[in-house]
Amino acid sequence: MSKLFSDKTKQVFLGPLSKNNPIAVQVLGICSALAVTAKLEPAIVMGLSVTIILGFSNVIISLLRNTIPNRIRIIVQLVVVAALVTVVSEVLKAFAYDVSVQLSVYIGLIITNCILMGRLEAFAMGNRPWESFVDGIGNGLGYAWILVVTAFFRELLGAGSLFGVKIIPQSFYDAGYVNNGLMVMPPMALIIVAVIIWVHRSINKELQEK
Amino acid sequence: MNTNNNSYTLLYATVMVVIVALVLALVSGSLKEKQTTNVELDKMKQILSSLNVDTQGQDAKALWSQYITEEQVVNSAAEVIAAPKVKAFDIVLKKELAKPLDARELPLFVANVDGATKYIISLYGAGLWGPIWGYVALNEDMNTVYGTYFSHASETPGLGAEIALKAFQEKFIGKSILNDQREFMSIAIVKPGQTADGQDYVDGISGGTITSKGVEKMLQDCLGQYAAYFKQSTVGGTAQ
Repeated sequence: MSKLFSDKTKQVFLGPLSKNNPIAVQVLGICSALAVTAKLEPAIVMGLSVTIILGFSNVIISLLRNTIPNRIRIIVQLVVVAALVTVVSEVLKAFAYDVSVQLSVYIGLIITNCILMGRLEAFAMGNRPWESFVDGIGNGLGYAWILVVTAFFRELLGAGSLFGVKIIPQSFYDAGYVNNGLMVMPPMALIIVAVIIWVHRSINKELQEK
Repeated sequence: MNTNNNSYTLLYATVMVVIVALVLALVSGSLKEKQTTNVELDKMKQILSSLNVDTQGQDAKALWSQYITEEQVVNSAAEVIAAPKVKAFDIVLKKELAKPLDARELPLFVANVDGATKYIISLYGAGLWGPIWGYVALNEDMNTVYGTYFSHASETPGLGAEIALKAFQEKFIGKSILNDQREFMSIAIVKPGQTADGQDYVDGISGGTITSKGVEKMLQDCLGQYAAYFKQSTVGGTAQ
């Protein structure tokens, strides 16, 4: 185990969760953060799917890294990601049809997620398979937790529910409380992500620009 | 080895594409049968949902044979086509809608719920981002709505996507699609608080106006195709 989780590997895994977060620090993958965070459930499944696909595409690219011709490396990366996404969506269609119907668009969107291309190009092309796998999972989870936090606030304030279950009691509505319709609109996702970044930077002072 | 060599690059790309194509073809081929069954079962569940049947975790095939008594194919002149080219269940409404009205072959499912006859009509239209579809179950009088089912490909969650919720679908129950002269009027979808003249209406979805309008147009277009069929049915009686 000590060899599997050396200090460097630990850093590779923990970095993207906080100080090197793909959304909060690198500001990658914002597009899907807007699209899928109106409700908690799709946000979680999207986060998990990205994590799995990122982990495995990182491993595949890392295994191939010494054979890939430099001039077509982006194409090779795209083909690997697209093939993986297609396989995942086909498997979902066959074995978890209901989930796949709910997520059809989102699963396809993973191909265009900037984080994937970013990690493949920046990390998997130059590191061994195990580190690449850890890096993929770490970045995927770093992406997922921001999505989940954003979706939590958007669903709670926008629809008064979590996972589709009403949380805000009816007595609140009777007393004049109104759901914030703005919350379900994409712009509010940007504002919530911005607030997360603000909080994140207040805690991690070294991230602040001088 | 020089990986920047032209012939190496070409060879690499070719081999990669062939391998990926093989893998994808293999995955798709081996899962095809299961997926087709899933799609059919899902369609059955959707149609049954319009009858307010709870299909969650149920055997769709068994429910289907329990409720659905007849699958007909009709045309816009209200004639039942005796030997249709495609079975009612397999008709792709999108393709039919692209044909001129009198060439269309339209599916009509006849169901029996606790001894009462219901007619189920398929819907297909456009929402804000992509296609929307659904089913409307009419009572024996071919006028009042018994139940509805709507779904969508990519409407905004929390806004237009609300059409897929029971709360929206149940608003249609008991509404009439014909006026007193049995002329087809459809059901209007209005902004909450507004009313529609001369026809029944339900409240649309706040923030989902374009999807709501899409549902309204879909009802108008798809139910309208059966207008002649509704007309021939005498009030309170059965068709034919």
